[in-house]
Amino acid sequence: MNIRLEKRPAPSRMLLALTPLLAVVATMIAGGIMFWALGANPAEAIRTIFWDPLFDETFGAYSRPQLLVKAGPLILIAIGLALGFRAGIWNIGAEGQYIIGAVVGAGVGLAFYPTENRLIFPLMVVAGAFGGWAWAMIPAILKTRFGTNEILVSLMLVYVAENILASVSSGLLKNPDGMGFPGSRNLARDYPAASNLELIPNSGMHWGVVAAFVAVIFAYVLMTRHKMGFAIRLTGEAPRAARFAGVSPTRLVLFALGTAGALAGMAGLFEVSGPAGQISIDFGSGYGFTAIIVAFLGRLHPVGILLAGLLMALTYIGGELAQLMLGMPAAAIQLFQGMLLFFLLAMDVFANYRIRIGQREVA
Amino acid sequence: MELGQINPILLIASLMVASTPILLAAIGEMVVEKAGVLNLGVEGMMITGAVVGFVTAVNSTSPVLGFIAAACAGAGLSLLFALVTQYLKSTQVATGLALTLFGLGLSSLIGKPYAGMKAPPLGKMHIPGLSEIPVLGPILFQHDPMVYLSVLLVAAVWAWLKYSRSGLILRAVGENHAAAHALGYKVVRVRILAILFGGATAGLGGAYVSLVRVPQWVEGMTAGAGWIALAIVVFASWRPWRVLLGAYLFGGVSVLQLNLQAAGVAIPVEYLSMSPYLVTILVLVIISLRGNHGAPGSLGRVFHASH
Amino acid sequence: MTDALLTLEGLTKAYPGVIANSDVSFSIKPGEVHALLGENGAGKSTLVKTIYGLVKPDTGRMMLNGAEFSPANPRAARAAGVAMVFQHFSLFEALNVAENIALGMDNPPPTGELAGRIRDVSEAYGLPLDPGRMVGDLSAGERQRVEIIRCLLQNPRLLIMDEPTSVLTPQEVDILFHTLRKLAGEGTSILYISHKLEEIRSLCEDATVLRLGKVVATCDPREKTARELAEMMVGTSLHTPEREGGETGEVLLSVAGLSLPAPSDFGTPLKDISFDLRAGEVLGIGGVAGNGQDELLAALSGERAVPPGMVRFKGRDIGRLRPNARRALGLLAAPEERLGHAAAPEMSLTENALLTGDTREQLTSNGFIKWGKVRDFAARVIDAFDVRTPGTETAAGALSGGNLQKFVIGREILQRPEVFVVNQPTWGVDAAAAAAIRQAILDLSAKGAGVIVISQDLDELMEISDHFTALNEGRIARIRPARDLTIDEIGLMMGGAHDMAEAIV
Repeated sequence: MNIRLEKRPAPSRMLLALTPLLAVVATMIAGGIMFWALGANPAEAIRTIFWDPLFDETFGAYSRPQLLVKAGPLILIAIGLALGFRAGIWNIGAEGQYIIGAVVGAGVGLAFYPTENRLIFPLMVVAGAFGGWAWAMIPAILKTRFGTNEILVSLMLVYVAENILASVSSGLLKNPDGMGFPGSRNLARDYPAASNLELIPNSGMHWGVVAAFVAVIFAYVLMTRHKMGFAIRLTGEAPRAARFAGVSPTRLVLFALGTAGALAGMAGLFEVSGPAGQISIDFGSGYGFTAIIVAFLGRLHPVGILLAGLLMALTYIGGELAQLMLGMPAAAIQLFQGMLLFFLLAMDVFANYRIRIGQREVA
Repeated sequence: MELGQINPILLIASLMVASTPILLAAIGEMVVEKAGVLNLGVEGMMITGAVVGFVTAVNSTSPVLGFIAAACAGAGLSLLFALVTQYLKSTQVATGLALTLFGLGLSSLIGKPYAGMKAPPLGKMHIPGLSEIPVLGPILFQHDPMVYLSVLLVAAVWAWLKYSRSGLILRAVGENHAAAHALGYKVVRVRILAILFGGATAGLGGAYVSLVRVPQWVEGMTAGAGWIALAIVVFASWRPWRVLLGAYLFGGVSVLQLNLQAAGVAIPVEYLSMSPYLVTILVLVIISLRGNHGAPGSLGRVFHASH
Repeated sequence: MTDALLTLEGLTKAYPGVIANSDVSFSIKPGEVHALLGENGAGKSTLVKTIYGLVKPDTGRMMLNGAEFSPANPRAARAAGVAMVFQHFSLFEALNVAENIALGMDNPPPTGELAGRIRDVSEAYGLPLDPGRMVGDLSAGERQRVEIIRCLLQNPRLLIMDEPTSVLTPQEVDILFHTLRKLAGEGTSILYISHKLEEIRSLCEDATVLRLGKVVATCDPREKTARELAEMMVGTSLHTPEREGGETGEVLLSVAGLSLPAPSDFGTPLKDISFDLRAGEVLGIGGVAGNGQDELLAALSGERAVPPGMVRFKGRDIGRLRPNARRALGLLAAPEERLGHAAAPEMSLTENALLTGDTREQLTSNGFIKWGKVRDFAARVIDAFDVRTPGTETAAGALSGGNLQKFVIGREILQRPEVFVVNQPTWGVDAAAAAAIRQAILDLSAKGAGVIVISQDLDELMEISDHFTALNEGRIARIRPARDLTIDEIGLMMGGAHDMAEAIV
């Protein structure tokens, strides 16, 4: 007896929607085994990560708002990445675009300190988007002009961005009143005109979350109703057919990378002016990489990404809680997220192929 | 600023040490890509190799055992990639990324209790006679065994691909998997073996960072070396000796910037430390100007044997 | 039948949804050239793959030289003396000839010795070949030689040839037939798969005809007319399209000195191509695959930009215009490869209708897609061209080759092109669909459109073209009226004798 794979003419839509859920279940099981190996009670660990942040009486009040705070940037970045991934454009340097967006946006805000004007914050948002866009334009232009691989270039630029961040937080943008400590002024605490505060008390809702929801709707309309979205999907599924249909690969690369960069840059700005508060060396928190998982887990579909972003945010908060309550190492949660992506990719086989079991020939 | 403090002989000698991790990872990845598989998980396999090698060496006080364990760990992790891409037909790009994220998480989890410890030293191997030669001796023949092993590995891969039948089969599988399958070659098996080899050498490369180069465990210590290794394979147009050249070039840049930092040059530290990444980008651009010649025909494509 | 080399008894093989072979039995004698005849999809490929060990039959058995023969893989088949030359060559472009041949052998001699033997065999059979050359640089005919020599070095008792002449010029076909007759004379049996009837009548001594997976006839092809063989193959009498004899009018498309570098390492550069296409004219462009067909279509459709002055549409220079701007003017195209070029396999027929229909059918406004209108357009194509599909939301890849091809051609024709360029309109399509497509092309030209048909099927071109030319290494031969061309002249045009046509007339 043997097992054969038979390619489906088109992926099964039902299974495409179902496999992320199966992957989450599989990750919980494998994660449970991992926690057990680390000496923790698996059931308790799973509950701490997935249940307590939302429903525990003691922690819920603190962690529920955190859900939106964490999900906002993840969704915002993942929406942009998914546009590119759909077209086979692999921007994996969103972390760098996020950092540069934060630096540029915060830089603009700090330049006005201590002026109070309602236009400063919107200007910072634009500057942040511009910073991320410009950073993403580097791989985009190198790809369209010279055919340079965007995976490697965008990734290398993450390390460059991290060094720039280190440089400005102890140099250009250092807080003059900070008694020599590295890091900028705290925008959220000390500069009202440049701060991204909670819009509804204790909800976690800030402008970045609003932007994320708007981005979801924007991407949904783009992908289902607009020519550009069709061009993106067509390029991803059949690049030659896209060229035949008149899609310009150059414009597509510039659009996909540019949008992703601008959204990541905005996410960085919203983070630095709100939850993080200031530019500092450890500001880059890995959202840019986790957003890759969010994009795939959400099936590169805007609504899927919304749900996946919330789920991934939950694992972040749950992970912190598990650290606090069970003394679990911080890295465990990162491993957990990597595992989730792995299971998801492995289960794609069910959506793309039919599994036949029988005593037929070996193909 | 004292440029005169930099000793050119030591500089070139340390270049070989600095290049070895990238060289090991890159030569393995080159074999993987020659078989038609793009594994973007090099960084994840390297960092896992680094931590497993370090932990094993510390516990056994044997760096050799550390390297062996690191190779096994790298291969083990790559086996995950192999199973998911070769049997479950997942996209190689996404799966490679998953492997890197997974490896980064796994390594910090394993390494947590070992932060700040020191690795048992790996002895130098002074090659009798040759190491006494002035200038050349200290540059080429006073290194640890892994440096020599990495160069030997390049030579072995070169000869194997060029002259052996199994090397020819591997190239054929990477060039046109459908044709190789039609001739009766086991495409999936060849690829899995190549992926395992790539995983093992990436693990060795990672362990070299944590056991020789640094030598201690720091979270995220490979700092993009795996990605640079991927860039070097492109730079080398999939040719073994050019992989060596590329790795030494990048080793040279990173050693130079470290020496400049130490010498207190008036360039901010951050700009010096970003230079290897900028040089990588620059080289990638120059290579792509020339066109990506020599890329295996089936690179990155999913193989599914229909009837 | 004790004297048979290979005997097949009741071979049956089913795939989900299709029975590829059903109770197939026949035998091949030593030294015989045996034809396996059938339409696309008749089950020829599955049958030969069974003999070559790539497919295991569900039931039935094979005997080779009187002994049970059930090869588990191609290696076992080769060890038993069965060799095969594939229709789509299983060659490695970035490897050289000797390496390619070594890969096809189970125990190849050392490189130096192998190169010597390649030279010997290639000369003995009149198929010259340099063992050190990169296969990527060889012509289609030379590549086939690599495959044949790879087989001959194993001293096979049975040589299977799958559609070997589809990539050859008539002159190269002659060389091949000479080699095959010589081999048969030495006692090697040849199983020759084709749907080209004249070839089979001139080469083969025995023929087995397959239809829908079953053996429907066995005969001596030399004693049958091509028409009789065709009717055995198809099962009904053929409806041949009729030329309505449209008058040719004003010049619609004018190509002057079109030259373009090769798009990739193994592509073909276009060299100094010039022709005029008039209203109501069908221009047939023949030629062996890989001589610039794809490149010419891309230059005309707008997928590749062309330097100024080389391509004019009704006098207007359109070289820099992108595909949709050319569509707006009335220049439409249908490329050869259905899956992935003319259509996106995983997308629905509706989405595939949008792929080229946007400009002329006004399927979007301000960039927003009017899905209702797109669906109507797809439904019209399905209806007008009798595309068999459950509906407009079926994925293109789920359709059979013939149905998808009807959809692709119909999608363009319904947009009322003034100039229509099509590459391989009936490749891999069943006879009924092919006849419908050819008729549609003729109807289009009768309404005053200019049509360029690029094809490797000479019968097809002779049937529908007013004028004929051939592509060879990116050049075209002088254009001639199709009516009075002989097969020899066509062969010379395909072989690149650009001005020799003059001398022959």
